[in-house]
Amino acid sequence: MASVKRKLSCIVCPMSCVGEVLLEDGKFVGVTGLTCQRGREYAQEEVTFPKRMLTTTVRVTGGELALLPVVSRTALPKDKVFASARCLSGVAVQAPIHEGDVIYANILGLGVDIIAARDVAAS
Amino acid sequence: MIERIVDVAIIGGGPAGLAAANGAVANGAEKVLIIERDRELGGILQQCIHNGFGLHRFHEELTGPGYASRYVKMVQGQPQIETMLDTMVLEISADKTIVAVNPREGVVCIRAKAVIFTMGCRERTRGAIRIPGQRPAGVFTAGAAQRMVNMEGYLPGKNIVILGSGDIGLIMARRMTLEGAKVHACIEIMPYSNGLTRNVVQCLEDFDIPLFLAHSVVKIHGGDRITGITVAQVDDNRLPIPGTEFDLPCDCLLLSVGLIPENELSKNIGLAMDDITGGPIVDQYRQTTLPGFFAAGNVVHVHDLVDFVSEEGDIAGKWAACYGKGQLAQPERSIAVKPGKSIRSVVPQQLAVTRDMAAVRLFMRVTEPQHKLIIEIASEGRVIMERRLPIAKPGEMIVIDIPAEKIRTASEIVSVLVKQQGGEK
Amino acid sequence: MPPIEQADIIIIGGGVIGTAIARELARYRLDILLVERQPDLAMGTSKANSGILHAGFDAHPDTLKGQLNARGNELYRTLEDELDLDIRWVGSLVVAKDEEDRKVLEELLERGRKNGVPGLEILPPEAVLAREPHLAPDITGALWAPSAGVICPFRATIAFAENAVQNGARVVTECGVNKIVTDNGKVTGVDTTLGFIGARYVINAAGVHADCLSRTAGDNSYSIKPRKGEYILFDKAVNHLVNTVLFPTPSKVSKGILVSPTAHGNLFIGPNAEDVADAEDVATSSQGLEGIIAGARRLVPAIPLQAAIVQFAGLRAAANTGDFIIQASETVSGLIHAAGIQSPGLSAAPAIAEKIVHILQEQGLSLQAKADFITATPKRVHSSELSYEERQQLIKSNPLYGRVICRCESISEGEIVDAIHRPCGARTVDGVKRRTRAGSGRCQGGFCGPKVTAILARELGIPITAVRKDASQSYLFYDKMPVECEVVSHDRTHS
Repeated sequence: MASVKRKLSCIVCPMSCVGEVLLEDGKFVGVTGLTCQRGREYAQEEVTFPKRMLTTTVRVTGGELALLPVVSRTALPKDKVFASARCLSGVAVQAPIHEGDVIYANILGLGVDIIAARDVAAS
Repeated sequence: MIERIVDVAIIGGGPAGLAAANGAVANGAEKVLIIERDRELGGILQQCIHNGFGLHRFHEELTGPGYASRYVKMVQGQPQIETMLDTMVLEISADKTIVAVNPREGVVCIRAKAVIFTMGCRERTRGAIRIPGQRPAGVFTAGAAQRMVNMEGYLPGKNIVILGSGDIGLIMARRMTLEGAKVHACIEIMPYSNGLTRNVVQCLEDFDIPLFLAHSVVKIHGGDRITGITVAQVDDNRLPIPGTEFDLPCDCLLLSVGLIPENELSKNIGLAMDDITGGPIVDQYRQTTLPGFFAAGNVVHVHDLVDFVSEEGDIAGKWAACYGKGQLAQPERSIAVKPGKSIRSVVPQQLAVTRDMAAVRLFMRVTEPQHKLIIEIASEGRVIMERRLPIAKPGEMIVIDIPAEKIRTASEIVSVLVKQQGGEK
Repeated sequence: MPPIEQADIIIIGGGVIGTAIARELARYRLDILLVERQPDLAMGTSKANSGILHAGFDAHPDTLKGQLNARGNELYRTLEDELDLDIRWVGSLVVAKDEEDRKVLEELLERGRKNGVPGLEILPPEAVLAREPHLAPDITGALWAPSAGVICPFRATIAFAENAVQNGARVVTECGVNKIVTDNGKVTGVDTTLGFIGARYVINAAGVHADCLSRTAGDNSYSIKPRKGEYILFDKAVNHLVNTVLFPTPSKVSKGILVSPTAHGNLFIGPNAEDVADAEDVATSSQGLEGIIAGARRLVPAIPLQAAIVQFAGLRAAANTGDFIIQASETVSGLIHAAGIQSPGLSAAPAIAEKIVHILQEQGLSLQAKADFITATPKRVHSSELSYEERQQLIKSNPLYGRVICRCESISEGEIVDAIHRPCGARTVDGVKRRTRAGSGRCQGGFCGPKVTAILARELGIPITAVRKDASQSYLFYDKMPVECEVVSHDRTHS
């Protein structure tokens, strides 16, 4: 059984407690140093299945603006964020666009849609 | 010269100005004009494509453009609010005459009953912090680079170093990485980061970008385009320690070294200014020392949460509308609010005392990180209020509400200071 | 543009000396060509100097510096209107701190009289402090020179060139001279990055590189040692601190560290004086900046460091002879030097140009004046200086004057477009800055920089990624690095 301790800064509230997560064979076993339940839940998720929201831009064709800011509808696995961003770097969307439009469905097959963060009118 | 007459004129259509316009209409203003120099409303929010905005205001985490769009839609839904885009204010006089210019109408004159300043901030430059070296291309302020990346569609470089670990620098570290650039380091002069811990984790740690605390950039290299920088550790006085220098090659240096409230127009009409905040002195109505001139948002003091910017805009809008209708009474007396030990600044800097006044929300920042502290609000040595906090950081504004009765008991000066819990001052 | 193959006279160097010479020669029926290796004019010493029109008391009467300074100062009074120059005749004070300094003032007064400088007077401390209340009080007097002024050196350099081009001269940038070509001790032309250009006369106004170029022709009669001077420029909000150019009492080596207004209403301090080996080294240094702050504080104790907006350095082309080198080469026929130009070079520039014309005449060049020489350049438009009615008229005729691009200095898009399309127009962001002031203000282009870049791209018909800041490889922005391209139609269902 491989036992690992990992330091972690909690981001749930401004306290920013620093704790230590104990992993055995890569599995979450416990956490010390975090003072509340929300923090402990965050710590568990962060070491077992960390997730992040993705925000980036895609190109617009025929619009009043050159770029459209987009956001993932829900958080993505942390280790897929960079690849998702690079995938979207090659995407161009035709205006007009409305806030909430799905720009790219099911990014990288992760079951998360990328949606428009604002309107862009056609030029 | 084309002339317009309005109840409330608002200079700047970013989050503060948009909230102010709504607040003014909600409180009876019939003609509100927003003057905005950019091609659209929303201000700096339009380039802040990351999320995290609106948790307090909308109980959601929106992107900057998403937050802006809520307010823009509110404004567009109100016929009392007119907007002039692509328009620059040239001059404002103490009699509330505004001269502005745009390509379509030329020089325009606006007469207002009340004016609200919501111009936001500009960024501190390399020249203001005097980094020695050559002056090659490739040195940008982080916000200007953010605009190019997120709205115009160009990269400022491909091998980046960021000076300053406030939120703008941290956000750009992540943004540049997601755009395929390599961010080599973030350099921070203080021994702590001024940004949210969440941003340190999600913008630096997530991408293994090293953070050099208590370091500074001491030289910029490169003739035509930047080729690198020299970094050195700094001492307690933030001066470079000789012998600690090392070089970092890069083709782009992004500066996130502070925001300066943009008060040229305010200074020209002689408003009393607060040297620490860089903004005008205001009371709880966000009225400045010149009656009928109000201010809200980053132009008053640099905020970290846009929700508080909107709140401030609401207040300024409401009371500017009241002023315009002759309904903002002269206070019985004024109380000055002074920052004391370990408090950098407090807004509002003045409290107007009236019989039917409401509670006042004070916004303040500490000078350095504190643990287990008490914020004490006192007048003439008598403690009016205390707030215990487990933690306080300069990068996170603290908000304390004082009930009206407590304000009325205070004398001419109220001081706000920090005490350690356990009795030590 | 077709390749240039021949000219009567080639002037090497697009600084103020080269362009002043070009303007003077453009009076005559000659084919003049000025070549500049950088993408713009005024990118060497003319870009980074004190911007002072010295009264002319400092240099010795038996030097070229002494002989040409006062004459140049006088000529600027006519040029100011002809070439729409930015000059403020603010006068200067050389401040004495003790009795020894006071004696030096007497020497300067005497020298000035010999040089023909008008209105010189030594003032007692009270009179000096009445003029300059922020001056350090521990002074023993000052030499007042009412004829001194401050000038925008960029406008001067470019205005000379504009007028020269109006009158038929050609100015080519990004044309670097590698060698002055001779045959049998006589100039035949220059080898440049754009090929060989033939000429009967070559005028060497190449600043810190003049000695190297001279040597390519076989003339090693002088050497140039670049001497760096660093500066700090301050926000206009603090310009009430001085009204006139303040000099310390000079040393043998330099005029010292000044505190001075600029032609545009800023305040600056500097320069120091440090010999450097590399003729491209214009880096500022922390010791250098600390030194000029300390020096400036001796004159004005309350130097407002928090209002600093930019620091820069320039290189003086200091000749080993200690004076200007304005003469025909003694070894190469047809080569004329206008070299070793350090202070008071900017002040003397029009007089240096006159002298070069005389030298050419002496060398056998026949000068036939043009009957149709145009003395005046078209005046520039400054929308922020017009009355609101005039401004309204201007915007009606061209809406671009109604869009303010540089908020700090209040510069409109119309002015920027004009600066790009005038003769010797701007092709870089700093070129726009030097001509219009856009980007010179307190935010240093933070707001207007991207806009100026976009305007340059549009007006020059080049992509944004091809726009440069200043130097030839100083590209500002890169294209994003997309992974692959795909146009999608998107789903309008909201979440």
